[in-house]
Amino acid sequence: MNIKDYFSPIYSDRLELYTPITIQQWSQALSDALIEVRDLDFSRGPRTIFRNLNLTIARGDITAIMGPSGTGKTTLLQLIARQLVPDRGQVLIDGVDIATLNQAGLYELRKRFGMLFQNGALLTDMSVFENVAFPLREHTRMGERLIRMVVLMKLHAVGLRGASELMPSELSGGMARRVALARAMVMDPDILIYDEPFVGLDPISMGVIVRLIRRMNDTLGISSIVVSHDIKEIAVVSDRSHLISDGRVVASGNPAELDQDSSEMVEQFMHGLPDGPVAFHYDAPDYEQQLFGREK
Amino acid sequence: MRLLREILHSLLAFVRTFGAMALFFVQLLRYSPWTFFRRFNLVVAQVYNAGALSIVIIMVSGLFVGGVLGLQAFASLERFNAEEATGILAGFALVKEIGPVITALLFAGRAGTALASEIGLMKATDQLSAMEMMAVNPMHRVMVPRFLGGIISMPLLTAIFTMVGLLGAHLVAVELLGVDVGAYWQQLQQAMDVEDISEGIIKSVVFGVVASSLAVWEGYNAVPTAEGVGRATTRTVVRTAIAVLILDFMITAYLL
Repeated sequence: MNIKDYFSPIYSDRLELYTPITIQQWSQALSDALIEVRDLDFSRGPRTIFRNLNLTIARGDITAIMGPSGTGKTTLLQLIARQLVPDRGQVLIDGVDIATLNQAGLYELRKRFGMLFQNGALLTDMSVFENVAFPLREHTRMGERLIRMVVLMKLHAVGLRGASELMPSELSGGMARRVALARAMVMDPDILIYDEPFVGLDPISMGVIVRLIRRMNDTLGISSIVVSHDIKEIAVVSDRSHLISDGRVVASGNPAELDQDSSEMVEQFMHGLPDGPVAFHYDAPDYEQQLFGREK
Repeated sequence: MRLLREILHSLLAFVRTFGAMALFFVQLLRYSPWTFFRRFNLVVAQVYNAGALSIVIIMVSGLFVGGVLGLQAFASLERFNAEEATGILAGFALVKEIGPVITALLFAGRAGTALASEIGLMKATDQLSAMEMMAVNPMHRVMVPRFLGGIISMPLLTAIFTMVGLLGAHLVAVELLGVDVGAYWQQLQQAMDVEDISEGIIKSVVFGVVASSLAVWEGYNAVPTAEGVGRATTRTVVRTAIAVLILDFMITAYLL
């Protein structure tokens, strides 16, 4: 993307110079849409995951991607981070089609990302401290003293400064998730992606993570994408939600709007109803026939 | 017709796998110089993991293989009253064949399986994906250091195996069976040329490349489940063993 595009509203032709701008002006100069998914198709073998998916993720918001299990929420994150390549369509980040980036460009883009994986994905041969320091050691020339300071600050933010010398195998699930969160934000990313951050957490850890997501988004001025199907937590933390089912976005809006949505699909998901468009049973032959009929 | 289709299908799958392996190998080679100079500490760590941690098994095996060679050589040569040549026979066998081959097989069993399962588990627990997302290329950080660590370790382990093997043969032939110590070492020294030693070195380097790249490949391509990692580990040993034995024959035939 041309840098002039960012400055176009305040670009001075007369001086041929870029006028100094405030952060507020900068953010106004940028489009509201941070990530745009356009007409995206994606299949795994014969199974279609997304068909003509369109989605916009707004800058500065916490955007939730919700949907029943197996609907492709994590796949969507992988497409946004170009860990997967769509069959058709585009993923635009700040207006740049990420499919056009070479490996160096892609890695530059990924430096703007922080990602919290479902299981934390901590590097098991390194201590908590070294895990959080890992991106700094890889991408910066910071001295050991400064690295120590930054890492301890990030660990303090997630309440685990005292666990810095522990190995990942010594951590509980919730602690590992918090360490992974510290690692995800250690490079001060623009975009933090959380893949199922609430799965398997006890209520205390869940509350801590919910608060951390909100606090970091607001204090660091970043954008967050949270993939989850925990409606209660998502309602607390998100500014806007997209509900995905059958390979497309079936509803979008803030939690209150989704709660009021009267469509069958949204109602079933938001209220956890057993009957509705999303079948509880995987496709199967007739039950009685299968139990008592002759085996083929 | 169905049989033909299945054969064609298998052939295509083989070509596809072989092509992917070749591309992976080219990538390993491509990134090797950069990784060697820029991430030397990682390479040293892998030399320790693959090499230093294998020394005990290599030495114990070398001692007993050498002992057996001493016994067999003595028993065979005694029939022709040529037991002084025990050193030559055991030495040639160890330096040119047994040393590189058995070290490669032991390496596949000890270090190769460790490499494949470690990388497979890293994949299964999203550690490789996490690196990708942190803009760190797993080829630079994980694969190539392990590949280079294996290549450096193999000739060193082979040298250790051969030396301990010669010592084992000496213990059996000289100390146990009474072969003259001077005859044992002098005849070995006189008979052995630089070409013989370089044959062993060439083999150990080639086996190092093959064993390390196969282990890294199998780990990287493991199905990310417990069963998948187990299968990848097994395949590492089987494929390395077969590749080493075939290559051993080819190199020997070429160098003779």
